[in-house]
Amino acid sequence: MRVSVKEWVKSGQPWVWLTGGAVALNVIMVAGLLLLIAVRGLGHFWPAAVMDAQYPESDGSVSMIVGEVADVERVPAIQMREAGYVVADGVEFVRRNLIKVGNRDLSGSDFRWVTEAELQQVQYSDLLFVAERREWGNFYGYLRQLKQAGESVGSFEPGQPDQQYDQLWSELQQRIERAEAIQQQINAIEKHQIGTINSRFERLRLQQRRLELEQSLNAAAQADISAERASLDLQYQQLQQQLVELYGQIERDSLVAEVAGGQRVEISLSKVVQAYRPNAMNVLQKTGFYFGQLWSFMSEEPREANTEGGVFPAIFGTVMMVLLMAILVTPFGVIAAVYLREYAKQGPLTRLIRIAVNNLAGVPSIVYGVFGLGFFIYFLGGNIDQLFFPEALPAPTFGTPGLMWASLTLALLTLPVVIVATEEGLSRIPRAIREGSLALGATKAETLWKVVLPMASPAMMTGVILAVARAAGEVAPLMLVGVVKLAPSLPLDGNYPFVHLDQKFMHLGFHIYDVGFQSPNVEAARPLVYATALLLVVVIALLNISAVAIRNRLREKYKALEH
Amino acid sequence: MTTILTPETVTPETIAPDSGTAAKAEKPKARGHSIDISSIRSSQASMDLAQETIALKVRDLNLFYGDKQALNGISMDIPKNRATAFIGPSGCGKSTLLRCFNRMNDLVDFCRIEGQVMLDKEDIYQRGVEVAELRRRIGMVFQKPNPFPKSIYENVAYGLRIQGINKKRLLDDTVEWALRSAALWDEVKDRLHESALGMSGGQQQRLVIARTIAVKPEVLLLDEPASALDPISTLKIEELIHELKKDFTIVIVTHNMQQAARVSDYTAFMYMGDLIEFGGTDDLFTTPQKKQTEDYITGRYG
Repeated sequence: MRVSVKEWVKSGQPWVWLTGGAVALNVIMVAGLLLLIAVRGLGHFWPAAVMDAQYPESDGSVSMIVGEVADVERVPAIQMREAGYVVADGVEFVRRNLIKVGNRDLSGSDFRWVTEAELQQVQYSDLLFVAERREWGNFYGYLRQLKQAGESVGSFEPGQPDQQYDQLWSELQQRIERAEAIQQQINAIEKHQIGTINSRFERLRLQQRRLELEQSLNAAAQADISAERASLDLQYQQLQQQLVELYGQIERDSLVAEVAGGQRVEISLSKVVQAYRPNAMNVLQKTGFYFGQLWSFMSEEPREANTEGGVFPAIFGTVMMVLLMAILVTPFGVIAAVYLREYAKQGPLTRLIRIAVNNLAGVPSIVYGVFGLGFFIYFLGGNIDQLFFPEALPAPTFGTPGLMWASLTLALLTLPVVIVATEEGLSRIPRAIREGSLALGATKAETLWKVVLPMASPAMMTGVILAVARAAGEVAPLMLVGVVKLAPSLPLDGNYPFVHLDQKFMHLGFHIYDVGFQSPNVEAARPLVYATALLLVVVIALLNISAVAIRNRLREKYKALEH
Repeated sequence: MTTILTPETVTPETIAPDSGTAAKAEKPKARGHSIDISSIRSSQASMDLAQETIALKVRDLNLFYGDKQALNGISMDIPKNRATAFIGPSGCGKSTLLRCFNRMNDLVDFCRIEGQVMLDKEDIYQRGVEVAELRRRIGMVFQKPNPFPKSIYENVAYGLRIQGINKKRLLDDTVEWALRSAALWDEVKDRLHESALGMSGGQQQRLVIARTIAVKPEVLLLDEPASALDPISTLKIEELIHELKKDFTIVIVTHNMQQAARVSDYTAFMYMGDLIEFGGTDDLFTTPQKKQTEDYITGRYG
């Protein structure tokens, strides 16, 4: 039985296939995107096996390689031959491995390419260990000796029983923990206590300058300021003293390790974040370690030009900026929509305004960035500085990119979405409900406040959801109005006035760009790009899900619209 | 149908056949009436407008929607503490006239009104009249139940809260009184703080009536209050109107002539924006003065 094409077209089947296919394609693309960044990003934190192998160099010598396989690729043999490598006849493709060898302080680079077939005597020794360092990236090698204040407190040489190595290893772990505890004390002093003193010093300086400008700096005020400064100085001296002591303590221990070439290196434990032996771990231990790494990625601050450590400040900055944006844009947009829909006389002018609002949504975001820089920062911020912070000049307070201006710029960017969504919601409220309220003697304003706006609140939330989705992913305008590669402190801390709207901040979107394209260590940064991208998607999804949850609750409450 | 058709004795079975089509009666009656006139006569005393206190005085009321005139020089007196029904075919202007009494038409663009509506010797269309205050004095119930998406309690308390009354005691008492007056108290007293949207249509309409009488208006305007309801709910609303007219002046717009006959003391018949005839309900239904009225109530058009 043959069905003619004509009949098949007439039956409408092709449309089902076309439309269904389009949906399927979309789903596959979105799922594929998420899968790609998830696999690439999350795989990075798994403790890969570390190998020890011999590799013949092009000059004929044989060198030792210790490291983990970071990437594998198939290269056409022709290309290799053209590059001057010797490849046996009959071989079409050559597998090349990218090995992370670490030890950048010794070898100059973290990575090297090797031809897989030429690796000899590959072994995965349980004794190999990886040390994550605060500087110079990872270290790979064999532990040989532990020192306390220059004196050996334990050692291990090849040929001795493994138990002795394990003993030395647990000793090392204890000493790393001790160093880490001291490091945390140092951080607490440097970041918080000295940070607080510095901010008080700065406030004193500004206070003095303000009095000078007002020409009311008399001897009494001067004496007050000096006295306070002296007391702060004293506190600072004490903290400094403590710091010197702590630094002395943290430098006490060091480890000696043998690297690939047989060379011995001494590393101070103050430089080690953690040390682990991936080859000696079982799957359970590796899983535990994996989640630990994942957590520290999300909760720690970045190190080494953002190529290592965590992204916590970026997550914090993104969420805070988006929340601030939502707080700014919602009242703005709702008020504008209420006027347009409820009070303004409908006519050519309101139509024109609506067209303008809709067109605003289509303006490229970088244009908003330029506007934010020109208007908010230079004009508004500059004037605010002149009026309210003259004592700080010429250093700008608000006349420089910062969190508030970034939020305000994005609020402007997302304003059309909120206006349109709110107007839509207002127009859907049944006339009967408004009349019911008016007929009870309520004025128009009372009707708006008590009945109309609560009923339109789900629509407003829809607007906020769309605004959040757009704002959280925006990077281009932020580069002009407040995002930086590395912010020294969070915009929310314990120093007065606690929320620092004038401060610059970090953002996940910009972090991706920075790590991916501005990084000095491209190979090391690549997995972080995927991991950060995944994190950004997750953060936006979480923000959206919470907004959707709020909207659904509101909808449930005001579901009169259905009939 | 020989039983007396007072709201008290009407059962759902007797009311059901009428509620749909008024003109199609099962048993042909004299002059083609669908209404048992003897029942009306025996249930209601003859009404004389001249002896009534007047609540609302309408004088030469013209209403225009843009260029189109919707009401032509209406003049009538609405008696106090009586139920007055407006009947007439669709689009005759009866709802428009009703909405003139609490200035609901102010909300309609391009709507222009001439003439006077006097409430307590004052024209409600005068400059300086507080519309919100006027609407508090002249309450209105709409065709479709329109409870707010709030709790039952808050719906009834809404008008009071608008007036700034927030004393819990006073609110509680008024809410209970209003719900009792609307014959709803027993059904909802245990779920006052549940959403009003969970009630049935008939309950919602009675809630809206309770909401309206909670602010103690002088006049109660009912715009086809039972047209969206089932027969049993309709019956309850009609019983309620009977009760309420002791305290309030009631003006009711209805499509249903039986309903007008059952609940009202006075009836106005309108046609194409004109007030054709206005008089005591039984007079109008038994001895209509105008040919158009007779045609309508005998079911020749409408």
